[in-house]
Amino acid sequence: MKIAVTSTGKTLDSPVDQRFGRTAYFLIFDTETMDFSVIDNENVAAAGGAGISSAKAVADAGAQAVLTGNCGPNAQRTLSAAGVKLYTGVTGTVRQAVELLKNGELTEAASPNVQAHFGIDQ
Amino acid sequence: MSRPILVLISDMSKKSVIAVASGKGGTGKTTIATNLARYLANLGKKVRYLDCDVEEPNGHIFLKPQITDRQPVTVHVPEVNLEKCTACGKCGEICQFSAILCIKENVLTFEQLCHSCGGCWRICPAGAIEPKPLRIGDIEFGKAGDIDFVAGRLEIGHVRTPAMIREVKKNTGKGDLTIIDVPPGTSCPVVEAVKGTDFVLLATEPTPFGLNDLKLAVGLVREMNLPFAVVVNRCNLGDTHLYQYCRQEIIEVALEIRDDRRIAEAYSVGKMIVDALPEYQEDFARLYETVSKAIKS
Repeated sequence: MKIAVTSTGKTLDSPVDQRFGRTAYFLIFDTETMDFSVIDNENVAAAGGAGISSAKAVADAGAQAVLTGNCGPNAQRTLSAAGVKLYTGVTGTVRQAVELLKNGELTEAASPNVQAHFGIDQ
Repeated sequence: MSRPILVLISDMSKKSVIAVASGKGGTGKTTIATNLARYLANLGKKVRYLDCDVEEPNGHIFLKPQITDRQPVTVHVPEVNLEKCTACGKCGEICQFSAILCIKENVLTFEQLCHSCGGCWRICPAGAIEPKPLRIGDIEFGKAGDIDFVAGRLEIGHVRTPAMIREVKKNTGKGDLTIIDVPPGTSCPVVEAVKGTDFVLLATEPTPFGLNDLKLAVGLVREMNLPFAVVVNRCNLGDTHLYQYCRQEIIEVALEIRDDRRIAEAYSVGKMIVDALPEYQEDFARLYETVSKAIKS
């Protein structure tokens, strides 16, 4: 399965970025092989609609699930429309996050966990 | 060659539009706008007051108009007919605000992000998108004595402030004078409110905050090539940096209002300075003289 993890850096040991729409990078994993590619998030400094554009970017990259810290209502709605599963409240390194998912220790989020614009000042 | 100049002069003689703006909030925009309106109306001039501070209109507290009409203001946002939609994605590509996007055969719209440019319903090859009216607020019309009173009120939760201000400004008077109460700050709503006016009064106060925000406001009106002057409220607070700045930049101080407890007392019960403290009428007379001279020159 392909998954997207929001990350502050480009490696497995980078901390999970707590922002979804304005994350520094998306690491797109193949959970079988642990191979991953890096997407530079061009929405970091977007004037608005960062969550929506980021949600489209990960869906277009083929991700079926997103692991992140916080996700607002517009991004959540977009991911949901794209059929991408959302896991919020994820902390630690990217490697730990992927392991947690593989071990079935994460619970899918049914709703956004923060308000719109939450990530702007983070 | 002389034709455009003639047109300009005749426009100015027909009407003048004065905007009362400020970088910093709470420096007396509404006080100046409403008192100037009342003073000029008392002189027998035909005055129209437009409250363009549509997120927080408060001119009515002082002018106490009789509201005679209320009109809804709508903007257009896309409505997608999914039966006609082919999920080509062109709507999402043209939208600069992520207000519409096509994702896995789904088309999502985010009305709060839409700027009503109409790009999506024009580009849709399937004709699946129609503009749908969205109510963003109301405009109130009334009379405050002889003053024509117009105020925009943006609905709570809506963010289309410039669109609302544009609608209010369509009611600019054909008579002698229109006074526009501008929202505070220096962002898009302020640009929209001062655009096309003949003169801008920038209210400020002699404090570090007042000076900082005045500099931003001066930058804005200079960028827009609008003639302007400064009104200093609570002028005797003691900070002289504001005056140094105005001297250095050769900015006219058109009026200074003292930090007078009686003004605050009148304000606190919704009374206007020119009514409660007639000695201040002279100040508004001078202010108008300065402004009208600048407009005519």
